Amino acid sequence: MHPAPSVILFSTLSGLGFGLLFWLGLGLPKASGWVAFVFFVIAYLLAVGGLLASTFHLGHPERALKAFSQWRSSWLSREGLAAVAALLVMAGFGAGLVFLDENWRILGLLGAVLSIATVFTTSMIYGQLKTVPRWNMPLTPVMFVSFSLAGGALLAGQVNWALGLLILSGIVQVAYWVLGDKALAGSGTTLATATGLGDMGSLRAFEPPHTGSNYLLREFAYVVARKHAMKLRLISLVLMAGVPVALLTLPFHHWTAVVAVLSHFTGVVVSRWLFFAEAEHVVGLYYGKR
Amino acid sequence: MTNLPEATQKKLGLVIDLDTCVGCHACVISCKGWNTENYGAPLSDQDPYGGAGSGTFLNRVHSYEAKPKDGPAQLVHFPKSCLHCEDAPCVTVCPTGASYKRVEDGIVLVNEDACIGCGLCAWACPYGAREMDAAEGVMKKCTLCVDRIYNENLPEVDREPTCVRTCPAGARHFGDLGDPDSDVSKLVAARGGFDLMPEMGTKPVNKYLPPRPKDQMVGEIDLLAPLLKPVAEETSGFMAWLDKTLEKI
Ligand code: SF4
Ligand code: SF4
Repeated sequence: MHPAPSVILFSTLSGLGFGLLFWLGLGLPKASGWVAFVFFVIAYLLAVGGLLASTFHLGHPERALKAFSQWRSSWLSREGLAAVAALLVMAGFGAGLVFLDENWRILGLLGAVLSIATVFTTSMIYGQLKTVPRWNMPLTPVMFVSFSLAGGALLAGQVNWALGLLILSGIVQVAYWVLGDKALAGSGTTLATATGLGDMGSLRAFEPPHTGSNYLLREFAYVVARKHAMKLRLISLVLMAGVPVALLTLPFHHWTAVVAVLSHFTGVVVSRWLFFAEAEHVVGLYYGKR
Repeated sequence: MTNLPEATQKKLGLVIDLDTCVGCHACVISCKGWNTENYGAPLSDQDPYGGAGSGTFLNRVHSYEAKPKDGPAQLVHFPKSCLHCEDAPCVTVCPTGASYKRVEDGIVLVNEDACIGCGLCAWACPYGAREMDAAEGVMKKCTLCVDRIYNENLPEVDREPTCVRTCPAGARHFGDLGDPDSDVSKLVAARGGFDLMPEMGTKPVNKYLPPRPKDQMVGEIDLLAPLLKPVAEETSGFMAWLDKTLEKI
């Protein structure tokens, strides 16, 4: 799949933002006044910035409101609704903490649930697609949610939670790669099932339908950098989990926290890039590509 | 509404005969021609006269080589367009309701005025049947020529999808695959029509007919061979004289 920068940025930023909102909703850290204000501003910049970035790749962003209508069947629609609901509820909760010094616990808990539900709906947009076997696994939502919780804990300064969740994210990530590498073969979809010509012998895409490129090849048959995948996986894992875990075990310092967050963010971006670039869409089979 | 209908009154679709298709791409051209000036936004081309031409098409013809264990390889031309699936994943993923499946005839369409161009439906389609138009930013797909098949302004003979009307080999058939007594259903039954990627669970309406087995060369062909032997091994008479004379010169 084509790794569109806007989508990678969106899912990374908003994942972090909603992760932070989750912890804030739980009251971790217990902040009020100015400190709470700064936490909430960071969370909203990340979450809303991510949502805005996601509209960059739309053909008609001016019609985006329509995307809230089909929540009965569409995960993309559900994501939009969950995001707006989470942001509204958490805005109320945050306003209480910042301006009134009121801690409306129920509202916070509701906001926390909605925040993490938003990340889950994002992951299901990919996880639901049978056409991309590497994404069509229960581990896809597990990975998105664990990343979001870990990154959120890191931003919220919850050292113990962050340590555990970062290690968990690393394990989930490795499992996702191991299983993902077998997903296309395991799906049973081949050029033979795609064409129904398997009985005639071994098949080869002989001549493509067009001599130039097209939307399908640009969007779905991204193969350029898969050959560097192994190196990038290692880089991603070290930056996303390794470095932050190491830094968190050191005595707490503001600069170690900043480096840990930056390292984690970069690692997640690389992981998300791989998430798209390595994913094989079955339509590639029609073109003799995997 | 992007929930799929429980059932459709008809299942209009295509039957494509892989035995007959000669790979001439006439259906591709007639589809582009009709659909660029009818239903919805035109099918744009980018850099059409330059070195990196690319454009939106609703129907494309692949060609595959099948190589049996023994015997010669066979070339199969393979037209592919929207299969108007009964369980169309492209419809349910659409966040705006722009993609829908019609109850009356099962045709899957995009209401382009509601499409935000998110592309998710094209991701969900296993067959590559949807293409985002690069100029209009909306999703394009086969409409089964919904603006021809019911069009009373056209002569009766033209009220079928333009690809079917155009195919010079008669490799494309159009009809109601939900009616077991329709010509297309009988054709599918008689020829063993099949689904593409049945494991995807999309239940395509369009069916493909397999290439018929080709005649095989068994042993030596000696039925006509004796007749092709030289009639006279040694020349005689005038021909022999001519032969000798010419050799002397
Ligand atoms: S072929 Fe693709 S676009 Fe057409 S109905 Fe099936 S899934 Fe949808
Ligand atoms: S590209 Fe248009 S038709 Fe396709 S899912 Fe998005 S809004 Fe729906």
